[in-house]
Amino acid sequence: MTMFLAYAVTGMIVFAIGLYGVVIARHLLRKIIALNIMAGGVFLFLISIAARNSQAFPDPVPQAMLLTGVVVALSATAFAIALARRIYTVTGSATLSDGER
Amino acid sequence: MDTIFPWIILLPLTGAIATFLVPRAWVIRTGMVTALLTSCMVFAAAYFLHQNGPVHYAVGSWAAPLGIRLYLDGLACVMLLLTAVSGIFISVYACEYFKDKTSGVLKREGIMFWPLWLFLWGAMNALYVSGDLFNMYVLLELLGLSAVGLVALAGTRTVLIAGMRYLIAAMLGSMSYLLGVAFLYAMHSALDTRMMGALIEPGMGAAIAFALMTIGLLLKTALFPLHFWLPPAHAGSSAPVSAILSALVVKGSFYLLLRLWFDVFHNVVTIPVGQFLGALGALAVLWGSIQAIRQQRLKMLVAYSTVAQLGYLFAVFPVTAGAPPTDGVLGQWVIESGKGTLYHALAHAFSKASIFLAAGIMVHALGTDQLSRMRGMAERLPLTTFAMALAGVSLMGLPPSGGFIGKWLMMHAVLGSGQWWWAVVIMTGSLLTAGYMFMMLRQAFQPCEDPSLFKPVPKTMEWAALILAFISIGIGIRAADVLDLLMIGSPFLIEPIAAVGGAL
Amino acid sequence: MTFNVLLPLLVVASSFVTGLLIFFLPEHKAHTRSALNMAGATLKLVLVLIMCWGVYRGEMYEFRFSIVLGFDFVLKVDLLSLLLVTLSSVLWFFTTIYAIGYLEGSPNRSRFFGFFSLCVTASVGVAMAGNLITFFIFYEFLTLSTYPLVVHRGTEESLQAGRKYLWYTMAGGAVLFVGVVWLHVLVGALDFQETGFLRAWPASLHGSFTVIFFLLIIGLGVKAALFPLHGWLPVAMVAPAPVSALLHAVAVVKAGAFGIVRVVYDVFGVEFASDLGLLTPLTIATSFTIVYGSVRALTQDDLKRRLAFSTVSQVSYIALGVSVLGLTSSIGGLVHLVHQGLMKITLFFCAGIYAESLSVKTVSGMKGIGRRMPITTAAFTIAAFGMIGVPPVAGFASKWHLGLGALESGQPWVIGILLTSTLLNAGYFLPILYAAWFQEQEKEWGHAHHAPCRYETPMLLLFPAVVTALLSLLTGMFAGAGWSPLALARAIALREYVP
Repeated sequence: MTMFLAYAVTGMIVFAIGLYGVVIARHLLRKIIALNIMAGGVFLFLISIAARNSQAFPDPVPQAMLLTGVVVALSATAFAIALARRIYTVTGSATLSDGER
Repeated sequence: MDTIFPWIILLPLTGAIATFLVPRAWVIRTGMVTALLTSCMVFAAAYFLHQNGPVHYAVGSWAAPLGIRLYLDGLACVMLLLTAVSGIFISVYACEYFKDKTSGVLKREGIMFWPLWLFLWGAMNALYVSGDLFNMYVLLELLGLSAVGLVALAGTRTVLIAGMRYLIAAMLGSMSYLLGVAFLYAMHSALDTRMMGALIEPGMGAAIAFALMTIGLLLKTALFPLHFWLPPAHAGSSAPVSAILSALVVKGSFYLLLRLWFDVFHNVVTIPVGQFLGALGALAVLWGSIQAIRQQRLKMLVAYSTVAQLGYLFAVFPVTAGAPPTDGVLGQWVIESGKGTLYHALAHAFSKASIFLAAGIMVHALGTDQLSRMRGMAERLPLTTFAMALAGVSLMGLPPSGGFIGKWLMMHAVLGSGQWWWAVVIMTGSLLTAGYMFMMLRQAFQPCEDPSLFKPVPKTMEWAALILAFISIGIGIRAADVLDLLMIGSPFLIEPIAAVGGAL
Repeated sequence: MTFNVLLPLLVVASSFVTGLLIFFLPEHKAHTRSALNMAGATLKLVLVLIMCWGVYRGEMYEFRFSIVLGFDFVLKVDLLSLLLVTLSSVLWFFTTIYAIGYLEGSPNRSRFFGFFSLCVTASVGVAMAGNLITFFIFYEFLTLSTYPLVVHRGTEESLQAGRKYLWYTMAGGAVLFVGVVWLHVLVGALDFQETGFLRAWPASLHGSFTVIFFLLIIGLGVKAALFPLHGWLPVAMVAPAPVSALLHAVAVVKAGAFGIVRVVYDVFGVEFASDLGLLTPLTIATSFTIVYGSVRALTQDDLKRRLAFSTVSQVSYIALGVSVLGLTSSIGGLVHLVHQGLMKITLFFCAGIYAESLSVKTVSGMKGIGRRMPITTAAFTIAAFGMIGVPPVAGFASKWHLGLGALESGQPWVIGILLTSTLLNAGYFLPILYAAWFQEQEKEWGHAHHAPCRYETPMLLLFPAVVTALLSLLTGMFAGAGWSPLALARAIALREYVP
């Protein structure tokens, strides 16, 4: 029981770190990486939930959610990187120019 | 109905792939055919609903909690119809809009528009009928990615940056939402909304989950103060895309908020939470309207108007938070506020789509959307100006439009529940809306200085904008019918806590 | 769908459809447009006369359409609506003739006449509204349709005036809306009923009713030009003369005043309103407006502005009659609805003629004008006498009843107000008349804006002015007859007091 909690809390901390990164980072690639860290935190949380009942087999539903989430995050990241690259080509710098988050 | 249900979702998705694969000459045809077929499916579903009542559908015949349950009731149906009807006219408009002016050939932007737009439509349709929390996450992502794609289509520097900002905000929102879903699952081992509504208990866990999911959805609905991404994205993109975004996409995440509020969290949310959401809505109304008055460009004005109008929708939360069950007299205000919010959403969608399409016509004719260059539009583009005027009437909430009905129902609910301060907000908002609407229209009625500045505009585009404006007025006149459809399946029901049975 | 159900709708539709058709007419088709205009006006007049005849015989006309559960769109003809609808139709007929003549050759006439027709649609809708909600719908529609008329000329001045007009009327509309919704939340259906329907509700609601009354009166008071909500009226004079005539005699101010009458008589009930102590503030507000308007009128040199302030003052007579408890004062207030309409429109018609034929827009420029334009000035004189209250022109009958009613109800100070106002009216009308008839021309008069004609001014402009002046005279002379506006007002007033 405590094991799952440790992982779950870690997942939330990672999520928070990612969130911080997204807000603070200026360079687009850093923002995208931070988004992936956030996603990583959520996935860690999901995986840890699968083991919340230590007596039984790990619950497959969160694992399914996790897999779907990973795939979605992958495609979103790919799109984000392509968009960032395009912004770099057009504007010459990979930042959101007026510095907003 | 079992045959219709999956096609509501599959048709646009397959159509999207088809438009991606066919040669350039066939793109528009494929796209329009898909649009029309999807709309026919939606009308059929609406008819079925009207005859037989709400419908449940288990995808792949796997029942919940393991499978995904689709559910069609009045609320879902009205939103489906909204998407379908606006979708048809926006599609028609887009057929002409993306053609190169001189050669009449479809521009590259136009080829890419159709797959993205149809994916978006499919995602919306699925979102409206979904009854599973995780399924909603996936659809939110699909919706967000297609929307960002559409924004970035225009390719200019401003719009690329706006799109990136939108993408980041959308992903933040989805992550937050997903974490909330994970929380809920951890506590109750269910993902079906109905089951969750039955199982959930007020407490720290539910509160955290609610906060996470709500913040995620608020980011996507661009409620103040999380609206920063909306004005540049809506203003910078091409006209049909702006219409899709303002009219449809933001309604999707709001719909989810509404569903979650009524189906899942109704026993968890407390009065302060409702008041807080209402306060954010009020700030959105005031801030958005004031910003709109300050704008020099038509599309920015209309984008800020969206920020403001979305604020009206949130008045439903303070009225319904902590409300007693809807079988009592006090509970009637819950249903009224639900109706009011929906009507606002409907009227806003049609009128906003109309105005954005009209703005696109202006850009097409004049090459700019600066307000000061709108002089003489009433003479040279009378149909378009008329569309803008009608849409403005609905946005201002003047009778006999759909906006008026929404305002009436909302004011009724707000005053009936004794929370009169929201009434002040709503009326102030209307006056401010009148301020920027008339400011915009006044320019159009000025005498025309130089007729040669106005390039010719395809009539199809003007008519598309005008018909949408007519519809926003029409739903005000035929309100009784729309409301009857809305209430099938009692979407705004709050059951007494003791009677919760969790039946599917 | 029987004829009785359709007739109110047809009356509204006769100008609505005409208006829509005119919008689509190309600018150069002047004859078609005039024909459409006159056809619509004539049709409406005929329908209204049929309606009068039917009501006289005891027929019931009502059109009901359910919009949402809980409120219906209702067009109903009772005696009070008959009063206003007849006035509106008759005056629209003549204003149409006048407007066709006045706007000869000016740009954007299709747009103008389109909105003109919509404006009249809204007025008759306001008149025939059977509940507060329908009233509100047409009231707001009136705002929307009159704004383009105010800014018609497109000049910077008219745009400024339009903006002020809009702020005032939309704010008023918002306040009115809050009042209407709140009342609906409390009591449900808001169908008008003679002697009011709020008395039946428990006393716990009386506090809310009082606040609602103030909200409603403020909302209506903007259009009725009650001080201090009258600010839009003088600046709106920048609009063309037919618009000023319409706004001041028929449409906007009457809608506001009519609304106040409806609220006091058919929603609250005059005796219930009195019990709640609501009538005294209204009396004070209207009395103040009466004197204020007259005082401001004294100092205006621009003729239309002087007439505007005169309207501010005169329309409050209607509300005054309503707020003083008593049968006679009610009669006075109600009949002034008609009389003021007739007289004021004559005055504005003449003001327009002076501007068109001689470019005379100020009082000081009117010296000696009687010699040059005798017929017009004669019409002006009749109407001015009526405003002052000189018998036998119509205004006398209204003031007589108001004064008598004030005595009867034990508020003799109101007579003081009436006398002051009469003196002030004389103070700002008599000098004009003296200057026009008895003084020599001082200022250079401009050229006519129209082609030379047989009479002093084109027939299209002269004919309406003369007719409305004659009507003011006749309604005053034959006030005692069974079919006069006064008799109708008496019939209405009798029903508003609980026997």
